[in-house]
Amino acid sequence: MNEYRYDYRTVQGFILSAIFWGVVGLLIGMLLATQMFTAAANFPPYLTFGRLRPVHTNGLAFGLGVGSIFGLSYYIVMRLCRRPLLFPRLARVQLWLFNAGIAAAAVTLLMGYTQSLEYAELEWPLDIAIVVLWVMFAVNVFGTIVKRREEQMYVSLWYVIATVVAVAVLYIVENLSIPAGPFKSYHLFAGVNSANVQWWYGHNAVGFVFTTPILAMFYYFLPKSTGLPIFSHRLSIVSFWSLVFAYLWTGAHHLVYTPLPDWIQTLAIVFTMFLIAPSWGSVVNGYYTVGADWSKMRSNYLTKFFVVGITFYGLQTVQGPTQALRVVSQLIHFTDWVPGHVHMGTMGWVTMTVTASIYYVIPRIHDTEIHSEKIANLHFWLVLVGQLMFSVTMWITGIQQGALWKATNPDGSLKYTFVEGLVRNYPYWHLRALAGLVFLAGMVLFVYNVLMTIRKGKAREAQPSPAPATA
Amino acid sequence: MAGTIYRKPVAFALLATATVLVGTVVTMLYPMLRPEMHPRLESLKPFTALQLAGRDLYQREGCVNCHTQTVRPLRTEVLRYGDYSKAGEFAYDRPFLWGSKRTGPDLAREGGKRPDGWHVKHLENPQSIEPRSNMPPYAFLSRGKLVPATVRAHMDALGFPYAGEEIAALAQKTEMDAMVAYMQVLGSAVPRRAGGGEVLALDERNPLGDSPDAIARGHKLFAENCSVCHGDEGHGQPDIAPSLTDDVFLGEKGDMGDGAYFTLISGGSDAKKAIGRKGDQAGGMTAFGGQLAKDDIWALISWLRAQQAHERKEAPPMEKVEHQGGQPEQHQGGRP
Repeated sequence: MNEYRYDYRTVQGFILSAIFWGVVGLLIGMLLATQMFTAAANFPPYLTFGRLRPVHTNGLAFGLGVGSIFGLSYYIVMRLCRRPLLFPRLARVQLWLFNAGIAAAAVTLLMGYTQSLEYAELEWPLDIAIVVLWVMFAVNVFGTIVKRREEQMYVSLWYVIATVVAVAVLYIVENLSIPAGPFKSYHLFAGVNSANVQWWYGHNAVGFVFTTPILAMFYYFLPKSTGLPIFSHRLSIVSFWSLVFAYLWTGAHHLVYTPLPDWIQTLAIVFTMFLIAPSWGSVVNGYYTVGADWSKMRSNYLTKFFVVGITFYGLQTVQGPTQALRVVSQLIHFTDWVPGHVHMGTMGWVTMTVTASIYYVIPRIHDTEIHSEKIANLHFWLVLVGQLMFSVTMWITGIQQGALWKATNPDGSLKYTFVEGLVRNYPYWHLRALAGLVFLAGMVLFVYNVLMTIRKGKAREAQPSPAPATA
Repeated sequence: MAGTIYRKPVAFALLATATVLVGTVVTMLYPMLRPEMHPRLESLKPFTALQLAGRDLYQREGCVNCHTQTVRPLRTEVLRYGDYSKAGEFAYDRPFLWGSKRTGPDLAREGGKRPDGWHVKHLENPQSIEPRSNMPPYAFLSRGKLVPATVRAHMDALGFPYAGEEIAALAQKTEMDAMVAYMQVLGSAVPRRAGGGEVLALDERNPLGDSPDAIARGHKLFAENCSVCHGDEGHGQPDIAPSLTDDVFLGEKGDMGDGAYFTLISGGSDAKKAIGRKGDQAGGMTAFGGQLAKDDIWALISWLRAQQAHERKEAPPMEKVEHQGGQPEQHQGGRP
């Protein structure tokens, strides 16, 4: 235990930082949801929808998402390599740089410094800082794995390694730009080419931030918290390789019916269809793992987080390919359907899996128990209900929007002006904000539960224990 | 399965990288080497300094988060916005700004659709034009000054041509001027295809005549579609749109027939040629042919005629002529 003490504090630092940025991101999300139906909720110039939206997405994807990925990946790597991190101090520097980076990201985005590339909004000085951060992460992950004390690399390590290499390639190529000032640059790629590079990056940033590292957590924490071994090692292997192979072909499904050459669109659609298979490989593996003893759903409070999480992953990876089809895309593209889809993945799959993993890790760092399983259960239900309300509402809005845009009179002219379509969204956008509140309430309980667990752990560490606890 | 790879992290990482790169090479790198990814329309011009400054502001304010800039080749989309987007229109777009969400309307064909004054009024206070809009106000752009040296650095970075005086002139311009200049250049590389613009014989008679039903429906349609620019009663608004109740039509004295009205409403400013009057140079009458059914356009004309008749009754002809003689610009809105 002592050998890991310093590194565990780093892991906890990442987790707490992630939680902090997560709360910030969610609060901004609430403001954005309000701005959708009330222009008066904008406070120009800094707090307008246009400037805040990237703070929300970056704050949650990179603050909450990558922060948790750093922390939990380090935990997983240490456990699976049976040794502390190879460069403990480097990880601590990385933690501080990470927080400074996210803070600088929020400030510069509010000031309007943006590359206007989705999920790559940050301007070039921050891009360099992020590459440095990622190199630190890569050095520690690879160093620790190379010097591991366990011969076999478990499936979670594969996903961590794939994440490290893929994100590096994606982030560097996407952010190649022509600097034009201290916080201004122009994309190295122009027009159609710029679009193709952007969505090659944009889609795979989702793949390698919201999929592979989360699968690493799933494959590690599900068996650890239930005590049930992964159903099929062979299925893990097949799923892994086919997933990392197929993902990179699919970005252009974001550009269906745009001026991008048709063959790239079609190729992307075909591979997107194929991607259902490896995704469901992990879903099936998850179900059959718990299927060995379904009573765990009742007896172990974390099991339902993982099972519901992987269920949303399964739904997400069928809905996504459906959207890629031209016949569906022409109706729902550019509508609220798409944010509905994204939020099922992030509020369902990612949030469920990450929060459950944190519930698993935090008590172990402090050699204690979770503060309250009851609160964790309430958190689970609020998050689940909030997310479902949110996504379903957005899907209905999206279909309505798409249908009104396409509606014509008998003589072939358009039936609705743009604004007539817009005003019909307002009732749904009210509901969506309400859904966000329910979700936020769940997350507040989560934060409270984690903080109380740490407090309990610290109190316990403060008093000399009669007998050393054994795991 | 070769199980040893799971014991060799370096080999594993290399194999994973290679696997990831296959799709990357085929769908991203290889296309980049082909000319089809670098098309440029002959008619496409690099952005001027003022337009680029506007585009920078469009980026700064995150407009791309709510507005798309790509018209898909779908019938209703072409009707609503104009011709579908061509690959060769975006050669100077670094980055592309097609967007992914259409909370507000597409802007790919915005250029020339509306007068500058409309854009200024709308950007300063969107709800003054469309009370139900959810767009934030950008009045601060009117107070923001451009920094010529910064814009020059941006032009240099992109290698766009410019003249020294063009840069110097920026010192007199506001951020609002730049934003409006950018709005007006959007989509201009492609000849505007008016959404459903229909040209009728200029003296064709309105089949609905002055039926009360048509007038009532026309009034409602006018309130929904036209009053934002032409005012509630059709008297026009300075710098935005001319009066529709005087006897000036497209900048020239002397009214025209119902067919001319129909042609103009259906085809917008582009229909001026067919009508044979120049109108205002900067005129930005929207084409409603795609949005309004034929009968709706006739109903609008019924209401307009009724409104004109009503005005004539209120103001005796003599007085009106004198009034106009005194202030010839009044009804045209006094646009430069």
